[in-house]
Amino acid sequence: MADVLRLHFTVDGEDFTSAGEASAQVKKKLRQMGYDPELIRRVSIAMYEGEINMVIHAGGGEADICIYPDKIEILLSDKGPGIADIALAMRAGYSTAPETVRNLGFGAGMGLPNMKRYSDFMNVESVVGEGTKVTMIINT
Amino acid sequence: MKIREIQKLLSANVLTCTDRLDTDVRSACGSDMMSDVLAYVKDQAVLLTGLVNAQVVRTAEMMDMVCIVFVRSKKPTDEILALAEQNGIAILTTDLRMYDACGILYASGLQGAL
Repeated sequence: MADVLRLHFTVDGEDFTSAGEASAQVKKKLRQMGYDPELIRRVSIAMYEGEINMVIHAGGGEADICIYPDKIEILLSDKGPGIADIALAMRAGYSTAPETVRNLGFGAGMGLPNMKRYSDFMNVESVVGEGTKVTMIINT
Repeated sequence: MKIREIQKLLSANVLTCTDRLDTDVRSACGSDMMSDVLAYVKDQAVLLTGLVNAQVVRTAEMMDMVCIVFVRSKKPTDEILALAEQNGIAILTTDLRMYDACGILYASGLQGAL
């Protein structure tokens, strides 16, 4: 696999203010590489929602981004509580976020639906008590 | 509509990017829920919100928004202002409430997500 650019970020689960820094860095990198602004926006929003989810629900996690010649892959993994019912979690408007998170402007139950909307492929693997892995692919 | 006109219509104060008031704004979105904002994509938009934290600026950054209006006299912190300045996002504050601020802009020809 030639010409694959890999980026790795650790998402801090303690600091809500810094959530989104990894997505902002990916956005800057894609801009430098000259990608179409619409595509950059899709990648940034999908990753940002995922990053926020890891901070809100899982106490942080790891983000790995692979930039291939024909696609951008975002892998988010955490060791949080896991998702018991993925289909339910995917439903727009469904949220388990506490009131404190809603007061911060999130927890509207739009995170996962937005991630799916902005990516060409999304897969969620989760084991309750162990963690969650989200893979998103955006074709370039 | 230019940011300068938004400032005038809402009697707003400009707290960052005072050199960008001639930037064109093509549409607007009013919400306190950032995920609802992230579900809506349009170029060169302004975000009106009563929520004040760094994630409002992050959301605007991800969406390539050019301006944020904090309604109901909300005052952003220096940290929020620094993040906005760094990303070239003009921050405005107005004493108007959300409904009135949105209504004034809409009546003046600034479209929503339609």
